[in-house]
Amino acid sequence: MPVVGVVVFPGSNCELDVVEAVQALGGEARLLWHGDDSIGRVDAVVLPGGFAHGDYLRPGAIARFSPVMRAVGEHAAAGGPVVGICNGFQVLCEAGLLPGALQKNAGLKFLCRPATIRVEASGTALSTGVEVGTELSIPVNHFEGNYTCLPATLAELRAEERVVFRYVDNPNGSVDDIAGICSAGRNVVGLMPHPERASHALLGSTDGLPLLRSLLVTAGAAVRA
Amino acid sequence: MDFSVLVETRLREGVADPEGAMIERSLPALGFEGVSGVKVGKAFRFTVAGADEASVRAEVDDMCRRFLTNPVIEDAKITVVGAGPS
Repeated sequence: MPVVGVVVFPGSNCELDVVEAVQALGGEARLLWHGDDSIGRVDAVVLPGGFAHGDYLRPGAIARFSPVMRAVGEHAAAGGPVVGICNGFQVLCEAGLLPGALQKNAGLKFLCRPATIRVEASGTALSTGVEVGTELSIPVNHFEGNYTCLPATLAELRAEERVVFRYVDNPNGSVDDIAGICSAGRNVVGLMPHPERASHALLGSTDGLPLLRSLLVTAGAAVRA
Repeated sequence: MDFSVLVETRLREGVADPEGAMIERSLPALGFEGVSGVKVGKAFRFTVAGADEASVRAEVDDMCRRFLTNPVIEDAKITVVGAGPS
């Protein structure tokens, strides 16, 4: 059974949703404290949504210095799956594990609603076994979800097929409709939508399950779906 | 010696500034006509102990690159506003 470590920063608020969804898919989930300098023996790491360190200075700017982030970086460098959801995506960008940055939504509104995203790249930690072109309804919940990067970075992301998810109807002004990207090794993925909030019929959508199942698959063990 | 430092950060040229644009669009409603180029940023004021202005500036520059700004989207202007009593 793959073990997914979910990092808890002061101000994280989606960690238990991720734990619940991982367990529902037959994985084992373990909370990791940001102040620890080890992630223990986990197969994958999730940086969940929320407001790590109050989002002070910039979202993710202080979280990247949390002791656990060095171990997360080592896990990523060794090819281990690392997924950042919403605030976790912001942390990954600030930490330099993913390129670019997330700035305030173009409409200056906090967005909390379902968004339709299209899977644009396969074979990543979150899209293994998910067909390119698949459209999924997954909630977004953010004020700073407007992905931006240098033109050279965007060209590189496109050329290497590292744009993993695009919004069908861009809600926040992200360049090239980007909702999620991956690292060159395809094992680090960041996205603004919350797959864990679309993981049960009672939540209104189960469209997040294929993505989380991909995480368990890439974490290296069979999944009882 | 203590040096007073002012760091002003703002979005780099070419990066959309929705907050600045919103403020600019709102000003005419209050009768402020002819205002353009509104940019929103942050200001940090602090004191740094150092040997001289050049070394303080170098340290603050490093601080900006690694922490106070996200160089992907932000620039910083550093002003070392003068030496206070040590």
